[in-house]
Amino acid sequence: MNEYFKVGAILPSRKFTATNVSLFLYNAAVWNAHRIHYDENYTISCENHAGIVIDGPLQGDWLAQIATDWVGNKATLREFEYTNRIVSYLGETLVGGGTVEECSDDSVRLNLFLKNSKGEITTPGSALFQLL
Amino acid sequence: MPNLLSNEIRSWIGRSAPPIRLEVSRRDIIKYSIATEQTKKIHLEGDIAPPMFLFGTDKPLVSISDLAKDGLAKDVLTPPLPLKRVMAGGIRKKYFREIKAGDKLLIQKKIVDIYQKEGRSGPLIFVVYNISIQDENENVVMEITQSRINR
Repeated sequence: MNEYFKVGAILPSRKFTATNVSLFLYNAAVWNAHRIHYDENYTISCENHAGIVIDGPLQGDWLAQIATDWVGNKATLREFEYTNRIVSYLGETLVGGGTVEECSDDSVRLNLFLKNSKGEITTPGSALFQLL
Repeated sequence: MPNLLSNEIRSWIGRSAPPIRLEVSRRDIIKYSIATEQTKKIHLEGDIAPPMFLFGTDKPLVSISDLAKDGLAKDVLTPPLPLKRVMAGGIRKKYFREIKAGDKLLIQKKIVDIYQKEGRSGPLIFVVYNISIQDENENVVMEITQSRINR
């Protein structure tokens, strides 16, 4: 059994704070013109949100970074999933983290999460790696 | 909870979009990596794409006049749903190899399910897509199941 990957091990946490600029760059990079990510008046008045919405897939990317940054070159990502359960808005800081859920001789599964300042899990996820 | 899914809407299940061809550029990997604040050099220098890099590449590129009021493109896989406000749902991905600069990919997308759930503030309709990505040798490099929520 690989010593690095032990069931229950806690991954380093990382804070993520989107800004107007980072959201602009992200939505330009994925070619997304959805107005809830940049037009505050529209977002509040037409879509009943509390503010500019942080893209769900951007939060998915942050979760993937929590996993792949910790695993490094020790394993290869084979499966990754997440669900956006609670909407997060520009100005919020989300904290990402995770734990080792399962380990075998050739694979490791991580549980992942993003939490908001209330401690609510906004985006749960998981990742399966094949050990090298 | 009233049933919002007519037979006409459910008939969209199984519908597929014309395949999209994509050549992965180093510059696009770098742009994406900067925007998502990647920490690894292999991403920031554009050698290897981050795991979520291909998000959005399944959508057709349309002119500005073909965007709806909410800014989203109406494409051949946008069913006429009674709930109009759109949000991203979840994603499940299987990776068969890394995506690199220079890869020539074929992206095929279809609707695999449409279902309704009760959310915190009312009904939600989930449209579930399967996206299959192959390289130029027709090897599958990634399989994606992705949902879009209308509320």
